[in-house]
Amino acid sequence: MEAVVFIFSLIDGCALIFLSVYFIITLSDLECDYINARSCCSKLNKWVVPKLTGHTIVPILMLISLHWFIFLLNLPVATWNIYQFIMVPSGNMGVFDPTEIHNQGQLKTHMKEAMIKLGFHLLCFFMYLYSMILALINDLTWKEMLKLGVLHYSEQLRSQK
Amino acid sequence: MSAPAGAPHPHAAASARIPPRLGAPAPAGPGPRYQNGPAQNQMQFPPGYGLHPQGYGVPSGLYSQGPGKSTPLPLESQYGTDYYSGHYTVPTQNVTLAPGPSTMNMQLGSQQVYGRGPLAPQTVGSTPGSFPGSVASSASHLHTGRPQPYSSFDNHYNSPVIPSANSSIASQGFPLTSGHYAMSTASGAVYPSVSYPSVPAGDPYGQVFTSQSTSVITQFKENSFPGQNTAISHPQQQQQQQQQQQQQQQQSPMGYNTSSWATPGLQSTQDNLTQNHIGSLATVGNPSSADSSSCPGKQNIQLPKTSSAPPTVSSGSVSARKQPTTDQATNPVVSGIQPPELLLQEGMQYGGYVNNQASSAPTPSSSTSDDEEEEEEDEEAAIDSSSTTSSASPVPNSFDVLEGGTYPGETMDTLSSSTSSPAPALSVPQATKPAKPFGYGYPTLQPGYQNVGLGSGTQPSNPAYSGFQQYAQYPGMNQLSSSLSGLSLQHSSQQPESLRPVNLTQDRNILPVTPVLAPVPNLSSDLKKLNCNPHSFRCTLTNIPQTQALLNKAKLPLGLLLHPFRDLTQLPVITSSTIVRCRSCRTYINPFVSFIDQRRWKCNLCYRVNDVPEEFMYNPLIRSYGEPHKRPEVQNSTVEFIASSDYMLRPPQPAVYLFVLDVSHNAVEAGYLTIVCQSLLENLDKLPGDSRTRIGFITFDSTVHFYNLQEGLSQPQMLIVSDIDDIFLPTPDSLLVNLHESKELIKDLLNALPNMFTYTRETHSALGPALQAAFKLMSPTGGRVSVFQTQLPSLGAGLLQSREDPNQRSSTKVVQHLGPATDFYKKLALDCSGQQTAVDLFLLSSQYSDLASLACMSKYSAGCIYYYPSFHHTHNPSQAEKLQKDLKRYLTRKIGFEAVMRIRCTKGLSIHTFHGNFFVRSTDLLSLANINPDAGFAVQMSIEENLTDTSLVCFQTALLYTSSKGERRIRVHTLCLPVVSSLADVYAGVDVQAAICLLANMAVDRSISSSLSDARDALVNAVVDSLSAYSQTSSNSQQSALIAPTSLKLFPLYVLALLKQKAFRTGTSTRLDDRVFAMCQMKCQPLIHLMKIIHPNLYRIDKLTDEGAIHVNDRIVPQPPLQKLSAEKLTREGAFLMDAGSVIYIWIGKSCDNNFIKDVLGYPDYASVPPKLTHLPELDTLYSERTRSFLSWLIDNRPLSPVLHVIKDESPAKTDFFQHLVEDRTEAAFSYYEFLLHVQQQICK
Repeated sequence: MEAVVFIFSLIDGCALIFLSVYFIITLSDLECDYINARSCCSKLNKWVVPKLTGHTIVPILMLISLHWFIFLLNLPVATWNIYQFIMVPSGNMGVFDPTEIHNQGQLKTHMKEAMIKLGFHLLCFFMYLYSMILALINDLTWKEMLKLGVLHYSEQLRSQK
Repeated sequence: MSAPAGAPHPHAAASARIPPRLGAPAPAGPGPRYQNGPAQNQMQFPPGYGLHPQGYGVPSGLYSQGPGKSTPLPLESQYGTDYYSGHYTVPTQNVTLAPGPSTMNMQLGSQQVYGRGPLAPQTVGSTPGSFPGSVASSASHLHTGRPQPYSSFDNHYNSPVIPSANSSIASQGFPLTSGHYAMSTASGAVYPSVSYPSVPAGDPYGQVFTSQSTSVITQFKENSFPGQNTAISHPQQQQQQQQQQQQQQQQSPMGYNTSSWATPGLQSTQDNLTQNHIGSLATVGNPSSADSSSCPGKQNIQLPKTSSAPPTVSSGSVSARKQPTTDQATNPVVSGIQPPELLLQEGMQYGGYVNNQASSAPTPSSSTSDDEEEEEEDEEAAIDSSSTTSSASPVPNSFDVLEGGTYPGETMDTLSSSTSSPAPALSVPQATKPAKPFGYGYPTLQPGYQNVGLGSGTQPSNPAYSGFQQYAQYPGMNQLSSSLSGLSLQHSSQQPESLRPVNLTQDRNILPVTPVLAPVPNLSSDLKKLNCNPHSFRCTLTNIPQTQALLNKAKLPLGLLLHPFRDLTQLPVITSSTIVRCRSCRTYINPFVSFIDQRRWKCNLCYRVNDVPEEFMYNPLIRSYGEPHKRPEVQNSTVEFIASSDYMLRPPQPAVYLFVLDVSHNAVEAGYLTIVCQSLLENLDKLPGDSRTRIGFITFDSTVHFYNLQEGLSQPQMLIVSDIDDIFLPTPDSLLVNLHESKELIKDLLNALPNMFTYTRETHSALGPALQAAFKLMSPTGGRVSVFQTQLPSLGAGLLQSREDPNQRSSTKVVQHLGPATDFYKKLALDCSGQQTAVDLFLLSSQYSDLASLACMSKYSAGCIYYYPSFHHTHNPSQAEKLQKDLKRYLTRKIGFEAVMRIRCTKGLSIHTFHGNFFVRSTDLLSLANINPDAGFAVQMSIEENLTDTSLVCFQTALLYTSSKGERRIRVHTLCLPVVSSLADVYAGVDVQAAICLLANMAVDRSISSSLSDARDALVNAVVDSLSAYSQTSSNSQQSALIAPTSLKLFPLYVLALLKQKAFRTGTSTRLDDRVFAMCQMKCQPLIHLMKIIHPNLYRIDKLTDEGAIHVNDRIVPQPPLQKLSAEKLTREGAFLMDAGSVIYIWIGKSCDNNFIKDVLGYPDYASVPPKLTHLPELDTLYSERTRSFLSWLIDNRPLSPVLHVIKDESPAKTDFFQHLVEDRTEAAFSYYEFLLHVQQQICK
């Protein structure tokens, strides 16, 4: 069961990494004037909710499976995302608003945020990976491993001896 | 200066900073830059010079420094030499002639000689000759003033500078110049000695070179020449005289410089030969050392490194200095000695500098102890002074004249210490000012003030008033002094003046009697002439700080205010197949680029060297070839290009106008349709456009109605679409029709429209669907959509709820709903903007209509917003009249379609926030579907890279648009500003009006994104921060007083006025729509209009006289003095006119003179004047004529004709009038005096 949680987290982490990279690419496109603010923002706003979901699911899972450390690690980021999403003024077109993204250095702020998130997701990714392997090893009994074929050959070798 | 001896380091430092401002106000700009430039980046600047020969004259001295460094660039150096060569020759002449009239010049010359050009005048024969000459020339320049530089202008390259118009010597020098020319070109060294010696013939001092040692007395004599010396030098000298002690000199760095300068002059006068010798010696010594450091052959030897060393040197020099005062001969010796030291430490330039400082020994020592920054400042100061001498002689002169020696002295004194040792004449007025007795009265007065209420004119009774009157004298004094001095060129006074400390709590009369003008950037006179008109382009800081750190220290906003499409009476239009632009940053060629040679120019924004295209070599205006710098593009900072097809994405669109009219019951009831249709009928032929102009109409209530106006129909056909959830165009082709082909049908429609819906029972408004339809209709072409709306949209997409809680109108806490409720209008605006369609909103409602949401349709599509609260055609005739007038202007004014605007600025500056109505499409590209002449913009900037290697920064606005005639045009404005490195200079250059307008924009943003109270706090903090930062820099002894530099003296007043604006006020009942509209106005009004809204002008008009009147079109327009906005100024016996931008009030006191009522208003007595009067009758009396000509002059100065309200004292409308009296206390807001106390309290915290 433990392993399943982490496998899911790992997949989720992967998706979030890709999403972060996508955000960074799109924002830098805007910075370099390859796309205009309108299309940039509509592109990004589309992915805000999926990203938010991805962010929130992990801490919830961890809370359920009682992994306190990872839960606490993810909590602030998830909270920040939810806060950001809720606090969008009613007249704005989403977290990314084309009419404001060029004002007051918002673009730079968004860029920085995306970078930090990317780093965070990478960190999480490796943590999930490690935890997953650990969980897999702990979870599986020898027999299960044999069933799964993981220890198949070594078993054979032993029997031969 | 009274405390000179005691003056410790801080004083010295302060004084050092000050001098540049005071003495070198106008010149300082160029001078400092140059010096900086040369020392640091010679390369960049020199080219600029090349472009502007005029500028050269001034800078030349600077250049000279530059050349040493710049030598690497052969081309530039050559040019520079050429330019200077003229100068050089002059100097040589000077040397021979040796009569350097002006102390200032002398100083410069001396500085140059010592610091830069080691060469003695004698040596001049070869290269050295150039030096001295240059020095002298510099002096002459100062004296002569601008004319000379101009002359040089014509022949940049060859022509000798004609600088010394004043001095016969200079003329003599000219012939020599040619010879020098060769010399200069040959040797890079020549550059250094750029200074122009146009010393007046009368001046004995001409030879300034050696100049290190000055006898105080001689200095004084020099001072006697008003025009010659910079103001600073005079005051110092005066001070010196008073004290007669060298110590004094030491205390004030300024004094040092001046004294040192002056001394040279004296020396020169006395013994030219000896001086020359001395100078030569010194120079020789320098050169040798210099050679080691810099270019050996060159006399210039400017040590590229501007090290802070001068102070140390100065210390040595100080001692020397004292000696010089006593004996000239000794001085020279000293100087000779010093130079080497200087050289060793800093470099030739500094050496010169050092010498000056040395004379003012104390400062240098202090500076050494101080931080590097301070040292730099000192250097700059010295530089400034030198520059001033060299470059803008006129300014300094004027300074002197205006202020008399005293002012500078005062400023010095005030800065350093409260006591002042002003010049005699001026001193008196000044003394009055500082005299605080009045101030004491102030607080007591205040209450009475407010109590005075409706204009009981008890002013005289109050003691404060007397103080006041004295104050009033102040300007008069200035005028007097100026008239006395007479000779000076007027401009300059501002700069020195701008730093004079003002005690805000004691100076009751800070509002000037004449309207506040934009400060003139501290540039050389030729650059000044070329610079962009401040009405089009203004910067909050006319002296740009060198680093972001410095900007942060000053606590002032840095930004630009633009009015790019303003109606211009004179605009050079250039038709050319190639528009010359920088290849890397795409900057348009402008007057501030530099021509490296005939074939190449250097961009002033990115410093790239570009080729001059062949076509550009020919000047069609004067039909000459080979003079690219005389092309109109390079002679005007505002030009318009006719663009080629490269600048089009599609063929230029025709003018397309669509009118979307609300015809619900509410709208019919308000009766606006008649006015709109009538105005349209009247102006149908005046709509800007060509034969392709198209027009269309949509009306809506709960359904959307289209009008088929296809040519050939017998009458307009109305098509009703009731499916508002999925709007479509019934006949896409015939809804927008050619104006000329279908004119009859259109007229029929306009005549029929007002009566078509008279009996409608439809109360709903489907604005959203109507706008969607409009968008669909317009998207193939783009154009202008004018929306007339009278109520909250209640149907279909974009419907809105009422969000206003009337009970919260006067809440002091939270003001909600300043932002839009839905993103529908924003999205629509962006869609429109993408299709080059602008939406203009006319909101004529009597109830809450959620302007905050509706305004989005105009904000982001570059439209404009008009708001007529409680509009009704009969019940509210003044609003009806206003709509009529606005429509007339709106329909007939110029318009540009499918426009984009880009604002570029010199590398190192970056624009991070934009204010106005537009959509920012990419980082610096503003997408403007339409541009109209009444739209203003603002941007905020930050300094991303230090500007240490440049002395000038430029900003360029390029507006590309399609005119109504289908021409693609580019309007380019270029603004050039100096860079400064000292905080004092930054404060000296504050444009307080621009800063206020920018702050207003920022506060609007803040109140929408955060909260209104945040924005208010931020406004107050802006005042607190900037004033406390200033008081820290000035190291003023009067810590308890609230001190502001003159440039900022109106800052607290304006901020208070802002806080009392509808947009930001709290506690007073303000309808949400009114508040939001006021915010929209702040965002999109150009500066001049916004300032009138923020701080209206109040005049007393019952006793207009022709005194000081101006003549406009054969009419005499009286110019009554401005009154401050306080009920204290209103008297029952008077009549007052308040010009508040879109409204003009005339308030009539209860016991107003019957003659005025009879002659001007045409009624027998006060009681018979009707309560609502909106016109002045045309009576054939003198008073009436004067009043009307004054009124029409006010009205003619703005595009929107304001509505006139004549208000009687007891009429209910008087609250409208009294709410503009911002200096008085209201139930919810501070009076001006209370506000000052509040600020002071905050500062002391």
